Amino acid sequence: MRNTRTTTGIQPQVQTLTDLQLRHLLRRVLFGFTQKEIALFLGKSLSEILDLLLTAGGNPTPPLNNYGTTSLPDPSVPFGQTWVNAPYDGTTNGLRTTSYKSWWIGQVLNQSTSIHEKMILFWHNHFATETQDIADARYVYKHHNVLRKYALGNFKEMVKEVTRDPAMLRYLNGFLNTKTSPDENYARELQELFTLGKGPKVQYTEADVKAAARILTGYVVNAASISSSFDPTRHDTGNKQFSSYYNNKVIVGKAGAAGATETDELIDMLFLQEETAAYLCRKLYRFFVYYEIDAATEANVIQPLASIFRSSGFEIKPVLKALFSSEHFFDPVNRAGLIKSPIDYVVGFCKEFGIVFPPSSNLATQYLMQDYLRVQAANMQQNIGDPPSVSGWPAYYQEPQFHELWINSDTLPRRNQLTDTLITTGYTRNGFKLGVDLLIYVGKMKNPENPNLLIQEATENLCAIAFPLEVIQFLKSILLSGQSSDSYWTDAWNGYLANPTNLVARNLVLNRLTSLFKYLLNLPEYQLS
Amino acid sequence: MKRREFLRNLGPAGIVLPSLINGFTLKAFAESPLVSALTQAPTETDHVLVLIQLNGGNDGLNTVIPFDQYDNLANARSNILIPRNKILKLSGGGTSGFHPSMVGLQTLFNEEKLQVIQSVGYPQPNFSHFRATDIWMSGSDSNQYLNSGWTGRYLAEEYQGYPTGYPNAVMPDPLAIQIGSFVSPAMQGPSVNMGMAITDPVNFYNLINGIQGTAPPGRGGKELTYIRQVAQQTQQYGTVIRNAAAKVTKQFSGYPTGNSLAEQLKIVARLIAGGLKTRIYMVSLGGFDTHAQQVVASAKETGTHALLLKRVSDGIKAFMDDLTYLNAHKRVIGMTFSEFGRRIKSNGSVGTDHGAAAPLFVFGHYAQNEVLGYSPEIPLIASASDNIPMQYDFRSVYASLLKQWFCVPDTILQNVMLKNYQSLQVVKKSAPCLSSNPDLPPNLDNKLLLTNYPNPFQSSTTLSYESLGGHTLIQIFNTEGKLIKTLIDAEVSAGTHKITFENEGYAPGIYYARLQNQSLQLTRTMLLGR
Repeated sequence: MRNTRTTTGIQPQVQTLTDLQLRHLLRRVLFGFTQKEIALFLGKSLSEILDLLLTAGGNPTPPLNNYGTTSLPDPSVPFGQTWVNAPYDGTTNGLRTTSYKSWWIGQVLNQSTSIHEKMILFWHNHFATETQDIADARYVYKHHNVLRKYALGNFKEMVKEVTRDPAMLRYLNGFLNTKTSPDENYARELQELFTLGKGPKVQYTEADVKAAARILTGYVVNAASISSSFDPTRHDTGNKQFSSYYNNKVIVGKAGAAGATETDELIDMLFLQEETAAYLCRKLYRFFVYYEIDAATEANVIQPLASIFRSSGFEIKPVLKALFSSEHFFDPVNRAGLIKSPIDYVVGFCKEFGIVFPPSSNLATQYLMQDYLRVQAANMQQNIGDPPSVSGWPAYYQEPQFHELWINSDTLPRRNQLTDTLITTGYTRNGFKLGVDLLIYVGKMKNPENPNLLIQEATENLCAIAFPLEVIQFLKSILLSGQSSDSYWTDAWNGYLANPTNLVARNLVLNRLTSLFKYLLNLPEYQLS
Repeated sequence: MKRREFLRNLGPAGIVLPSLINGFTLKAFAESPLVSALTQAPTETDHVLVLIQLNGGNDGLNTVIPFDQYDNLANARSNILIPRNKILKLSGGGTSGFHPSMVGLQTLFNEEKLQVIQSVGYPQPNFSHFRATDIWMSGSDSNQYLNSGWTGRYLAEEYQGYPTGYPNAVMPDPLAIQIGSFVSPAMQGPSVNMGMAITDPVNFYNLINGIQGTAPPGRGGKELTYIRQVAQQTQQYGTVIRNAAAKVTKQFSGYPTGNSLAEQLKIVARLIAGGLKTRIYMVSLGGFDTHAQQVVASAKETGTHALLLKRVSDGIKAFMDDLTYLNAHKRVIGMTFSEFGRRIKSNGSVGTDHGAAAPLFVFGHYAQNEVLGYSPEIPLIASASDNIPMQYDFRSVYASLLKQWFCVPDTILQNVMLKNYQSLQVVKKSAPCLSSNPDLPPNLDNKLLLTNYPNPFQSSTTLSYESLGGHTLIQIFNTEGKLIKTLIDAEVSAGTHKITFENEGYAPGIYYARLQNQSLQLTRTMLLGR
């Protein structure tokens, strides 16, 4: 029986990281890394590295009208301008939604050297919403910004803002929740999915759901201002009695604008439960470490992290710092244990191989190419912006397989096909070819003329699992086309360098590199983070 | 509560009933496996071609040694030349003999199952392993760059639309199989690679025995194991390969051990006998780049090259014996090839440098038995840069095999080989073009043969059929079972015949040609296109 268990906990591990550990960390917190990121962190202590990685990125420019044509323009937004504050338009809303998704992929592709973008994806899975149901791209964008704002901030404040967020009010019917016709949807999910979870220790009752629903009555969404507000006339002003699970708390009903403060009291009450911190820590664990949380991990990792979370007043950063500093995180048992999510896979691949995207000056094609990636990931079962349900993606919660659900006989070939395509023929639209230039990629390596070092650098950076000698030798045999002397590759590479425009010299090395990387990227090892 | 049904991916398009196809053009149904099977039905044949790649550049002059040039050879390469009295003679005399290691191939030649083609090469030969290999795999000219392989192009012509619609009932098996490596560029079709790799022979056995390789400890290893399992399952052809291999429980017992080429060929024999419809197999052996220590100085018939040639010879001989044992010998023809030969003049390291043309072998029950071509002319005093000029273009060999063994018509041959190449007799004239009938091995359905080309057709199609002799009936029915035409209703001689079915104003759609001969009958589905 393979040893997949460990009793390591969150005691901080040694401050100086080995190369292997640094790569493990970067693989988990970034969407792909290159030698450039490694160089950035060389010589820094783990604490310094994490402080850098836990710094939020800046505010990006919003998504633009990339879709308008002379025959089908956006009525309020010229091509190249942002639509996020424009009036709702039924004809272009779908295009705006796709624009939003393309833009989001662009953010991930161009992420700063920070965990910020990954955290936004984490929060999107946690506060799952679906653009299809929200049905207004402007609300979707605004919601995204809430996630972006709080991604490395305060979780409790985040919940308070998400609860009032127009997209969420639409998605979970909050705007329909009134004193005369209460709607329990958000009240339930707020507890079951966003704060407490549904573990065996969690014992809120149906009555609690109803009481919470009554608290949440009165919010309305304003399409013109793309905002929400509180309408006291729709609010249930009675007292709300909670169960013994909540210590029989009563939240006093308030008339007028003060009625909205009941929501804050409700959320404060939910956060008083110890389980809230633990639930979120388990989610972080599953997203960044592994799906299995056994008794030892619960005791040695989850509970201590939850304690830190509470002590900090529900600031995310201390929890992340503690997790990514821990012996547990760097425990060899945990290395390579995460199956890359489709976004991780697709974007990471582009980052690792330095795939060039169209510049902003070529807006239409830029968004098109970013959407191409989004569609690839969607076909691999992760359509950002539209998870299958409010529970998020099953890979993060569905027992017993969890992240193994990303890989099946349909999605695995798709993953292989994408990398195959982009390293061979590439993907061409509007005259722009999206693809890997293997000669440039290999050219940046430290010793590309040496087939052993070439393969070492490639496998170390690209794969979380080390290959046994037989495999390395096999990989080398691809590079040497079955010849036995390394010098055949060295001569071919140097011959190319001496004459880079010569088609013979170029194809000689390019063909071998293509075969090598196709094979390497098709290996199951490349699916692991 | 807002839960959404998790939409599962829909599977491939459902089967389209023949009655819906009548009158419709084919494009609308391009994705249907049934339509693919009907319309893109490949030439029916049970013939197999096995390609043996000798990696590194085989020294032809020490493989097929010309007696009539021996003295000049001795001038050029005395430090590696095989002693004259050790050279294996071939039955019927002739001007050449074989390296002493090649007892197996000598036997095959004497049993009329081996052809030697002298000095195979191409104009402006290239001396780089990489480039020369690409040229042999793609069939390109020396200054030409092709992104596809010659077998890939052939398979793309035969199996149109692959991989869409595959596997299907007509072709459930891999189109081409490479043993021992990733898929050869030779199998690269115009858009996708047409072959599949069964990794090395050990892993192949693991595949059929269900054993996984060792994953490392920890959670990474656990997930790796899972992904490998999915990959294995996903291998669309994993099951058919496993099943085919499982059908062959006993093979020829005389395969040599410690011979990786023999091991690869053993797998090939097993899959052929197991009933795979795969037509192309490729295996390879490396180490031929004998720049140094090609022979043992004190006994030049031994050494590195001798060992390699022994592996080739013993491997092919065992393979041929196994095919006979498995009763599949009439279905298989093989050829060896190497990216180039080696220099006439040996070097100071008791070896040879890269050369140009060299002999290759075509082997099989139906291989033409001869030494084709004359001995390479060796200059009296060879310089270090002298090379053997080509007598035959390697693409002639490819083209001739495609034409004589797979019955590829000239128009298609042009698409595959890209030019007209000289035709060489590589297959015995007595060999049937399409199948080894009447002695079909027991694992194939004992069918008569009935095919038509082209299919689909518009104005006419030519039916090719095999009769066992005696009364032969060919009728044409439509999908309602109505007899449209009787093409032949007569006594015919045993063997292959052709007859044309003309479109006499029939409605587009499916028609069935039915062949009846003695107590057997066979139906062929034909599509009359719009």
